[in-house]
Amino acid sequence: MKKLVLSFLTAFALVSGVQAAGGGIAWDKAPNNLNDMGSLQNGAKVFVNYCLNCHAAAFMRFNRLKDIGLTEQQIKDNLLFTTDKVGENMKVAMDPRQAKEWFGGNPPDLTVIARSRSSGQGSGADYLYTYLRSYYPDDTKATGWNNLAFPNVGMPHVLWQLQGERMPVYAKEVVHGHETAVFKGWEQITPGKMTPLEYDHMVGDLVGYLQWMSDPSQSKRVQVGVWVLIFLTVMTVFTWRLNAAFWKDVK
Amino acid sequence: MAEFKEISPNAPASAQLGNWLENRFPSAFDAYRVHLSEYYAPKNFNFFYIFGGLSILVLVIQIVTGIFLVMHYKPDAALAFGSVEYIMRDVPWGWLIRYMHSTGASAFFVVVYLHMFRGLIYGSYRKPRELVWLFGCAIFLCLMAEAFMGYLLPWGQMSYWGAQVIVNLFAAVPFIGPDLALLIRGDYVVGDATLNRFFAFHVIAVPLVLLGLVVAHLLALHDVGSNNPDGVEIKGPNAPKDAKGKPLDGIPFHPYYTVHDIFAVSMFLMVFTAIIFFAPEFGGYFLEYNNFIPADPLKTPLHIAPVWYFTPYYSMLRAITPEMVYVLIACIWLAVFLAVTRGKLAALFKVVALVAAAAVTAMMLSTDAKFWGVVIMGGAVVILFFLPWLDNCEVKSIRYRPDWHKYMYGIFVINFGVLGYLGVLPPSLIGERVSQVGTLFYFGFFLLMPWWSKIGQSKPVPSRVVFAAH
Repeated sequence: MKKLVLSFLTAFALVSGVQAAGGGIAWDKAPNNLNDMGSLQNGAKVFVNYCLNCHAAAFMRFNRLKDIGLTEQQIKDNLLFTTDKVGENMKVAMDPRQAKEWFGGNPPDLTVIARSRSSGQGSGADYLYTYLRSYYPDDTKATGWNNLAFPNVGMPHVLWQLQGERMPVYAKEVVHGHETAVFKGWEQITPGKMTPLEYDHMVGDLVGYLQWMSDPSQSKRVQVGVWVLIFLTVMTVFTWRLNAAFWKDVK
Repeated sequence: MAEFKEISPNAPASAQLGNWLENRFPSAFDAYRVHLSEYYAPKNFNFFYIFGGLSILVLVIQIVTGIFLVMHYKPDAALAFGSVEYIMRDVPWGWLIRYMHSTGASAFFVVVYLHMFRGLIYGSYRKPRELVWLFGCAIFLCLMAEAFMGYLLPWGQMSYWGAQVIVNLFAAVPFIGPDLALLIRGDYVVGDATLNRFFAFHVIAVPLVLLGLVVAHLLALHDVGSNNPDGVEIKGPNAPKDAKGKPLDGIPFHPYYTVHDIFAVSMFLMVFTAIIFFAPEFGGYFLEYNNFIPADPLKTPLHIAPVWYFTPYYSMLRAITPEMVYVLIACIWLAVFLAVTRGKLAALFKVVALVAAAAVTAMMLSTDAKFWGVVIMGGAVVILFFLPWLDNCEVKSIRYRPDWHKYMYGIFVINFGVLGYLGVLPPSLIGERVSQVGTLFYFGFFLLMPWWSKIGQSKPVPSRVVFAAH
């Protein structure tokens, strides 16, 4: 019987190993900016300036940005490019048919992109943080760009002026008896407007914003949750004593 | 008509009101006595006995949150995904209602699985509680239908492709399959028509049946009385009773088990709300990440996995490959061989068994393995209905069964967990082998129970329940 249990456990371990071996490069850990209003506001600015031209966030209203510390007037003055009503959703004007012609597919809606990209490899934010920092020039692609986290990506490197051009560096290593090119890091080819550190910081802000937008009630949820649990703890003490008071007579 | 009770005009107003009501609605007062204040339950209930009450709580949570969700949800393929996000963002506290409902679905299966496990180990399905068990199995079946159809409603990728995969299974039924699948979908692919009919079933048809079955489950239970961890009858003709004929080992459900259950409820709510507020996706198990991508009939996800509570059965479905069909055929012939050579049957029945085995073999060889996967998956649930007539052990409770039975039940639980885990993963060769062994064990556990449950020496059962005062 012990052998049976052991063999089950072994199979278990083997199978979970299979799951861990996903495709693409390993994801970097995204910084957690969910409680940093300045960072979220900067992320919103980058999002509206760079993403919201092709990608919509059709379930997100502009005035919800009040939750990250912006006033309605600030939103109206700085972020309303696609509409003039602050209660509108973040839609785009691009025609989906043309988008398909230009990029081979309609750019996905970004409202809940950070939630949908989570997997066993990491959170959706980790994926986006890695993805936006893994572009490299590739002449064989229609847009001239390729991506290590999303091979054969349809989107060109929209932030290339900020990041500059980088190429992945490979080293030849022998893995399981085969000579393989293993990704080692990046080499800056042409400088961008930002230093690599500034760029990573900016992408961190943007990803933080996307993560916030995917579930804008998440911070409030945690706050409410703490109070609910405090209440339930007190209630449990009372119900526990109530139960004991009744049951002490049962012999 | 019942006797009209008079009450002193000097009695307090509350007593007068009570008397006024009782004279006009005596059945409500009778029901209160029969089911609460004078329903005697064994006093030795343990931790496992809180899950029946908790499943009623979760049922109520699902119904109430469901009503509020329906106020904002749009059962329309073009609007459904957006309306769920609308609930999550624009409806005040909508996120809380939605997370309660999505977490409630998983919580329902957690408490129901534990409730069924309780019944399994303490023999609560045995005479005279067979009907209680049957109603319970029917509730479980309804719950699965309810969960499956509800999962289509958010109209995400997993909703869509999960429904597509499961409905396509019905197409594997010989002869009528394609038409059956068409009837379920209402279209050639899962589409708006499917969403609308699943919505109708999810919000009204199945809940109605479910509520009726819950009532039958409780009425039947209160007629025969609750079992307990010792499997000792507290209300039988030989059970000890006091001068009024009340069982000495029982206590009134109200107030003793109501305060007990309120305590259990507050502990359950701590876990439940902790998940809702701090981890509503529960690592992708309660809300699958892919389901945040709107349904796209042109893009099949790489890996389609049902939600965790279906995965043990999904594993069994995937385990039935063409070579596994040969293993099943071998099992059938082995059973027939034993019946013919060792069984004490009339010659006629032996011939019938041989002919039936030959017919089933011919069918298995001529039909797609996928269909037998569906049969196995359905059979894994249906076999639960037969449990009361499969168990031949002389005692009910695991406490007094032969020790090796405990290992048997332990392996059964581990096996069920392993099958569930494998069902979450993408198909793999080793996973397939393990799930095939697991499927054979699952069915062997039930189908061979008439024989294995008799093996071993059971311990003496006490005449009264074992209870230590708190």
